[in-house]
Amino acid sequence: MTTSLALKLDNLKKTYKGGVEAVKGIDLAVEQGDFFALLGPNGAGKSTTIGIISSLVHKTGGKVEVFGFDLDRQLEHAKLCIGLVPQEFNFNQFETPLQIVVNQAGYYGVPRAEAFIRAEKYLKQLDLWEKRNAAARQLSGGMKRRLMIARALMHNPRLLILDEPTAGVDIELRRSMWEFLQQINAEGVTIILTTHYLEEAEMLCRNIGIIDKGILVECTSMKALLSKLDRETFVLDLEQPVSSLPHLGDIDGRLIDATTLEVDVAKAQGLNAVFNALTEQNIEVLSMRNKTNRLEELFVTLVENAKGGKA
Amino acid sequence: MRGLYFIAFKSILIKEITRFTRIWVQTLLPPAITMTLYFLIFGNLVGSRIGDMGGVSYMEFIAPGLIMMSVITNSYSNVASSFFSAKFQRNLEEILVAPVPHWVLIAGYVAGGVARGLLVGLIVTLVAMFFVDFQPQHPLLVIVTVFLTSMLFALGGLINAVFARSFDDISIIPTFVLTPLTYLGGVFYSLSLLPDFWLNVSKLNPVVYMINVFRFGFLGFADISVSMSLGIIGVFCIGLWGLAYYLVSRGIGLRT
Repeated sequence: MTTSLALKLDNLKKTYKGGVEAVKGIDLAVEQGDFFALLGPNGAGKSTTIGIISSLVHKTGGKVEVFGFDLDRQLEHAKLCIGLVPQEFNFNQFETPLQIVVNQAGYYGVPRAEAFIRAEKYLKQLDLWEKRNAAARQLSGGMKRRLMIARALMHNPRLLILDEPTAGVDIELRRSMWEFLQQINAEGVTIILTTHYLEEAEMLCRNIGIIDKGILVECTSMKALLSKLDRETFVLDLEQPVSSLPHLGDIDGRLIDATTLEVDVAKAQGLNAVFNALTEQNIEVLSMRNKTNRLEELFVTLVENAKGGKA
Repeated sequence: MRGLYFIAFKSILIKEITRFTRIWVQTLLPPAITMTLYFLIFGNLVGSRIGDMGGVSYMEFIAPGLIMMSVITNSYSNVASSFFSAKFQRNLEEILVAPVPHWVLIAGYVAGGVARGLLVGLIVTLVAMFFVDFQPQHPLLVIVTVFLTSMLFALGGLINAVFARSFDDISIIPTFVLTPLTYLGGVFYSLSLLPDFWLNVSKLNPVVYMINVFRFGFLGFADISVSMSLGIIGVFCIGLWGLAYYLVSRGIGLRT
């Protein structure tokens, strides 16, 4: 089976009983080795799409191919390629991490002796080895998330699908999970990630698809998407208090308080114009930061456009 | 893929055996205590006043039925509660996303139910041996019957769990269907004691045939033809397997 695509969706559709159209004809192609972000607001159809790919949800139309294996005709081969990290904790809370990952390997045909070797490898890599014999219900939220990643990797999948893997995880742990996922991706595993942390998608993913109301409203490279951003907002901390908004020429600005200035800078204008204007008025800037995540701004714009029928 | 199927089956079975042995106080101990009480009260105290039944002591007469009763309830409840819990807590998805064919999934859970049914049957047999000195007349028939009956009720438990939407739903069938069928299945009395009308009604109860053939295996006498009893058990096994396969393969109650 030779294909450069890890995942191909053709006109994928899902209508639930009761008539709710969750997915309305999605076409999507994810290259092998990609780190792909699938974004969308709550109820956009992301989890339904993932449910169909992982065969937990029956599709009502369209076609799914995983590394060239058709989900309708070669289901078992397709399943062997996929590792799934679902949004909700769905392991048996009374079993131990070791039992959970070893049994999971067994469902994919990994012999028990080999499963124990892999279990040690992944539980150690994800810092769970010390807890291997504790009941899963006693693990912290972050440990449970990592356990689901370890479980999904036990059969060495070629495609790892993570549905909001860092939800509710503290920043330190989140960063260690990012490093781990980047390492897995560098080893050749294709990763599809859904997340609400847009910073996460910007940092990790090379390509991105945005779903809203069951429609793919954007599918491009992260770089190309971010280049669409023509205006950014910066927050400047001033050294001395000012009594009124400094003159900034063509640049829009607001004084938040006496020492905090907010400016909207178009891509064509550049930040030098802001600094020149402030220097001319003897106003010194102590520090500066982006007001919002750049991708977040784009995401809101795209979803708003889709709602207005402009997508 | 055959190697994969076997390993997957073994993994489900190990998971199931680990589950019921982990909670042995809930799964293995109660039948031993309950059956000891049955032997003491019905077999010893009441039975001594009843006298012989079917040519053997009353204690000896009820022993095969009591063993079969514990096999039936444990095979059924093991799969019903385990499969429903896995569905309810969504850890069944671990198997549903894996390349495990539907028949392997069913076989794995049913084998788990059979394992518990047979283990409990063995425990109750050991308890019975404190009260009755009996040797199976047809050991092979005993093994075949207990295995098929255990499988039949494990399949029933799985079907119950597929349809169940709450934990109440998996206790309704054992309480309102399984228990009456078992008690009226000839555990405590010989069918030859019944008037014709009730004898014919009893023949509609599938548990009657299981206890009948099992008792024949132990004691060497039966109220109904043994071959017909085995045939009926076999037909039920095939029918329930077909129904379970249809439900699981259609994803009823499992996939959206």
